[in-house]
Amino acid sequence: MTKGNWLQLKFPSRPENVAVARLAAAALASQLDFTLPEMEEIKVAVSEAVSNCVLHAYPQGEGPVEMEMRVGEEGLFITVTDKGQGILDVNRAREPTFTTSRDPDHLGLGFTFMENFMDDLEVESAPGRGTQVRMRKKPADVYSKAAGEEPS
Amino acid sequence: MGLEIEAVPKGTSLFLRLRGDLDMEGARLFREAADEWLDGAGTGKLVVNLAEVAFVDSTGVGALLGRYRRLRAQRGSMVLVSPKPHVRPVLEMAGIPRLMPIVEHEAQAQEVDAR
Repeated sequence: MTKGNWLQLKFPSRPENVAVARLAAAALASQLDFTLPEMEEIKVAVSEAVSNCVLHAYPQGEGPVEMEMRVGEEGLFITVTDKGQGILDVNRAREPTFTTSRDPDHLGLGFTFMENFMDDLEVESAPGRGTQVRMRKKPADVYSKAAGEEPS
Repeated sequence: MGLEIEAVPKGTSLFLRLRGDLDMEGARLFREAADEWLDGAGTGKLVVNLAEVAFVDSTGVGALLGRYRRLRAQRGSMVLVSPKPHVRPVLEMAGIPRLMPIVEHEAQAQEVDAR
């Protein structure tokens, strides 16, 4: 296991970069002892955070997205930052099914998925000042996992 | 990465076999393929085979639900086939299994009734 490793990515808010971001996150996360379901949860959470940047941050076009990731004793830390229009009411935006989009296919479940699939989620935003999403996930304790799998 | 779609019309049904990732990019391709059929056929049964789909996020789920809503409004129906175990939690969190049947094989999709 590698402790203290980190990765920074900067890319334009384009749909094709959603996959780039989640695959990079999965590659770094694989240096910790995450289970395969946990790895999938990380990929979904990153996909949601970056999709939000693509869909909402820059209504006039595209802009920069920065992703920082770090693995350490406390698990995997991921920060996704845009310099876009920001969120008017963060608490409201985090409510399930809330969306500002007029596209009926947009469910407003992005933050719900991030919250459910990661251990911690913090969202910092202000109108006109961009948005920063910070997430953390720690692998479930490998010893208790092994104990749980032992036949009784 | 990316999504490939094989579209197979059978009677009043359309089978869409997806391979790859149903994320924002994949959702757009899926929506185009399904809506092209819906625009022409008007209604019917849409069978979406997810057996080769490695990844689904909320934009992918949104595209599935959008087609479901459209079909329901036009008295059609929708069935999902064989999502991978690691994809199922995403579908469940969005309430998909309560809305449409999920079967293990395409052959079963013809038999299930619309909800």
